[in-house]
Amino acid sequence: MSTPKTHHAPMRTPLGRVRGLGSARSGTEHFFVQRLTGAANLLLGICFLVIVISLAGSSYEAARATLGNPIVAVVILLTLLSVTTHMRIGMQVVIEDYVHGEGLKVLCIVANTFFTVAVGLAGAFAVLKISLGG
Amino acid sequence: MVELTLPKNSRISGGKTWPKPQGAAKLTEFRIYRWNPDDGKNPSIDTYFVNREDCGPMVLDGLIYIKNKIDPTLTFRRSCREGVCGSCAMNIGGTNTLACTKGMDEVLVKGVVNVYPLPHMPVVKDLVPDLTRFYAQHASIEPWLQTDTTAPETEWRQSKEDRERLDGLYECILCACCSTSCPSYWWNGDRYLGPAALLQANRWLKDSRDERTGDRLDNLEDPFRLYRCHTIMNCAQACPKGLNPAKAIAEIKKMMVERQI
Repeated sequence: MSTPKTHHAPMRTPLGRVRGLGSARSGTEHFFVQRLTGAANLLLGICFLVIVISLAGSSYEAARATLGNPIVAVVILLTLLSVTTHMRIGMQVVIEDYVHGEGLKVLCIVANTFFTVAVGLAGAFAVLKISLGG
Repeated sequence: MVELTLPKNSRISGGKTWPKPQGAAKLTEFRIYRWNPDDGKNPSIDTYFVNREDCGPMVLDGLIYIKNKIDPTLTFRRSCREGVCGSCAMNIGGTNTLACTKGMDEVLVKGVVNVYPLPHMPVVKDLVPDLTRFYAQHASIEPWLQTDTTAPETEWRQSKEDRERLDGLYECILCACCSTSCPSYWWNGDRYLGPAALLQANRWLKDSRDERTGDRLDNLEDPFRLYRCHTIMNCAQACPKGLNPAKAIAEIKKMMVERQI
């Protein structure tokens, strides 16, 4: 995640600098999950829109009844999971691209994870509360 | 952080306008980036007028005309003058390309040929960028045939079909037009290998004679080395040989996924 200090050592050979700490042997899972959630977002997003549009103008009780349907609730929970996962990975890539200060970068990545988990859990809690009639 | 403005000592200021050649009927104006590490001044843009009746049609012809007949201090690399060596890669009319294969009339912007060094690289002098890291990145992918099987007495055999899989890869001349056109390479060139090195990596991954495919993939599997490519496609647009490094990188990513599923 971070650029090693030896990376910038002025006497180091160019090849030594390029090799740095070696390959992280990771990144493929991120790449794959980003595309997987991207495709899932498209499908789930359409379902989510259909649910929202069908509820437009409905009463609070009707909305609760709709969300009480397990299929509807599960679709919304899956949408939350897929969207927040996609959001976290996407934002991490943006941070890695543009934030180069090592401390700030780590801080941003941690904050990004905390924020996404918080948003996802708050959303899931709200859906479950309405769905289960709490 | 990303650099959206140039450092103070890299900002362009002023420049000299050289006199027009006398008696020339057809002139083309060149505006060229100049920087001399020895005079302590900021870079500048010098203006030259090339007599088209006394000069070939390519941008490199114009540069050679200027160096020979107007200003011998103008510094640039050139060698083969036919798109094979990659030495004269520079930013011409806003696009990275080879000066020897780009016609002056193809790159006119309001009647002017604008010439800068390859972007976001340290400049040695004028149009000469420092490509040390670029070459080290190429070396890091170990661009040679690697086998454990004892070498045959004659040649390593390869079917016609397997040889064809190298088309679109082996033609790369390492001119650096692609890598230096890539924003990801601009921002993270110290850790991202860049389109040229990755296209070369794919050339060896695709080689049916090579026995180190897995090791090569291990060496590339990294959030920065490989996965900084966001398929921006500047590389494919810039490549003066008409290659598609973005596609080559996508094929490496595909191999990475393939070996995990």
